[in-house]
Amino acid sequence: MAHVTNFNLDQKFDFTAALKKSLMIMGGIGALLLVLGIFTAGSGDHGHEAAGHGTEHVDAAAHGDDHGAHDDHAAEAGHADAGHEDGGHSAFHWSERFFANLWINNVYFAGIAIIGVFFFAIQYASQAGWATAILRVMISLGNWLPFAAILMIVTYLVAGHDLFHWTHADIYVKGGDHYDHIIDGKGSFFYWPLGKGTFPIFWLGRMVLFFGLWIFFFTKLKNLSLQEDIHGGDSYWYTIRKWSAIFLVIFAVSSSISAWDWVMSIDTHWFSTLFGWYVFSSWFVAGLSAITLITIMLKERGYLEMFNENHLHDLGKFVFGFSIFWTYLWFSQFLLIYYANIPEETVYYIERLRSDSYGGIFFLNLIVNFVLPFLVLMTRDAKRHTIFLKVVCTIIIIGHWIDFFLMVQPGTLGHNGGIGFMEVGMFMLYASVVIFVVLSGLAKKNLIAKNHPMLEETYHHHI
Amino acid sequence: MERDTNFVLGIYEDEDVLKDAVTKVRDSGVKIHEVFTPYPIHGLEDVLGYKRSRLPIAAFIFGVCGTGLALTMQLLMMAVDWPMIIGGKDHAAIPDFIPVTFELTVLLASFGMVGVFMVSSNLKPWGQPRIFDTRSTDDKHVMAIDLAVNAGLGEDKIKEVLQASGASEVNNKSFE
Repeated sequence: MAHVTNFNLDQKFDFTAALKKSLMIMGGIGALLLVLGIFTAGSGDHGHEAAGHGTEHVDAAAHGDDHGAHDDHAAEAGHADAGHEDGGHSAFHWSERFFANLWINNVYFAGIAIIGVFFFAIQYASQAGWATAILRVMISLGNWLPFAAILMIVTYLVAGHDLFHWTHADIYVKGGDHYDHIIDGKGSFFYWPLGKGTFPIFWLGRMVLFFGLWIFFFTKLKNLSLQEDIHGGDSYWYTIRKWSAIFLVIFAVSSSISAWDWVMSIDTHWFSTLFGWYVFSSWFVAGLSAITLITIMLKERGYLEMFNENHLHDLGKFVFGFSIFWTYLWFSQFLLIYYANIPEETVYYIERLRSDSYGGIFFLNLIVNFVLPFLVLMTRDAKRHTIFLKVVCTIIIIGHWIDFFLMVQPGTLGHNGGIGFMEVGMFMLYASVVIFVVLSGLAKKNLIAKNHPMLEETYHHHI
Repeated sequence: MERDTNFVLGIYEDEDVLKDAVTKVRDSGVKIHEVFTPYPIHGLEDVLGYKRSRLPIAAFIFGVCGTGLALTMQLLMMAVDWPMIIGGKDHAAIPDFIPVTFELTVLLASFGMVGVFMVSSNLKPWGQPRIFDTRSTDDKHVMAIDLAVNAGLGEDKIKEVLQASGASEVNNKSFE
């Protein structure tokens, strides 16, 4: 079989106006749904605090009636529920749901962004040649990282009190009404070296440090890869491999700790020893799906001629395999807690399973993230044809968003959560902005690492 | 089943020569019985025109059998024959059954796959695999042509085709 090897290596992705327009439409619909969600959440649910927010004026009259009842309720409940896992504030306000949604999407898309860098580093550390054509696609996901960092920090500073139960200072007051000895015991993990209940310098410092490191390695790896385009030679490959190896060690630790910090600390009493892996695997499947979808999109627009069904097959195998890996971790976490039946552990699943808001979504999560990819991607043909992968990867990206939704909302909103206009709208808005940033980054530089020493290997990849 | 006994063998030194030879021999109308190589050669199945193996289908069927067997066994044992309460769970506590179900699925799928492979490639215990030329386990590629299948062409013509395709030797091989 004769191989064509005179590919055009100087191609650049053209981020067309039409593509930008469709992204803007998607973002616009998302924003509309979000506003719609704010209105419906603002007028429907239990009670509200003072209607000081512009969007609430419209229905201020409507909810005026139940104001009295709400005030009584608030006075009586107050922070008496401080000891509870759900951190549910009795006076529910749409902004809490808004913040919870911000947090879900912040964590989710930050994870997808760093997975791009992680998968890029894996290719070098494992000396893999098959994926050389799509290295730039992987690393381009990292373009979202600086935005993710700012959004995360700002969201914490604005909404940390609503999202994280451990931010409430009164639970650290010994002998106080709301004293919580379990959270007090964990307090140093958030507040060290300052006093508990003051400013979580350790927690926030870790967030800044991790994002700083991730952005540093993203920039370093990207720049080295771009310099290779100009100068060529094998030395860049060795340098990138060295930096990749260092990054992978750092990422192994930081991804786990960030999962505890950003997600697990929402349910402050509860803990799971494999939670870091669990969050990582969720990120990884979503990131792989994102890489696959962007690659298929490029391929359909006529780029990446050397990327054929053999490479697609490998990406499909990654998506298939790591969907099962995610299920393995999901089940390992569930089975031990179910079997041991210790109340302080089972509460996590009771909040999700025995709830009208989350019970159905709990099983939906398993169906879309395990059953569907497992059955659809099992055959060889499904992994070699773009149509199957397009459908499955899109569903997986939504599915793992649902996974993060289930990790965040029950702990922050309790029974006030659910998937409504606000959730769908916020997700669409975020997704369109992230895709916009990632594709703009991708369009800036050459689409293929044209002086990569393993390009020849990717041409002849055959499985 | 009675097997054909008379073969012509083409011996090849180089894998690229072999792959070209397979195409040439097939183009000239000779049907190839089998090609033996000391190591796997990428793309050889393609030029030989072999269909994809159906082994994964067998693996899937055996796997489904394993899942069914495991669930049936555990449900019969734990919920029907001798119901027991373990850890305050239902008799039929499905999550508890998953690890065993997984293991039996994997076990049956892999054993079934090995068994099917053994039978289909004539490595079964009662099978009598034929060795055409022992050098195919060392440094030579061997192409076997069944004379009975290619009866219409004649032995001389076949040898000519093999010779022309780059074989270093052309031998006769007969089995009892």
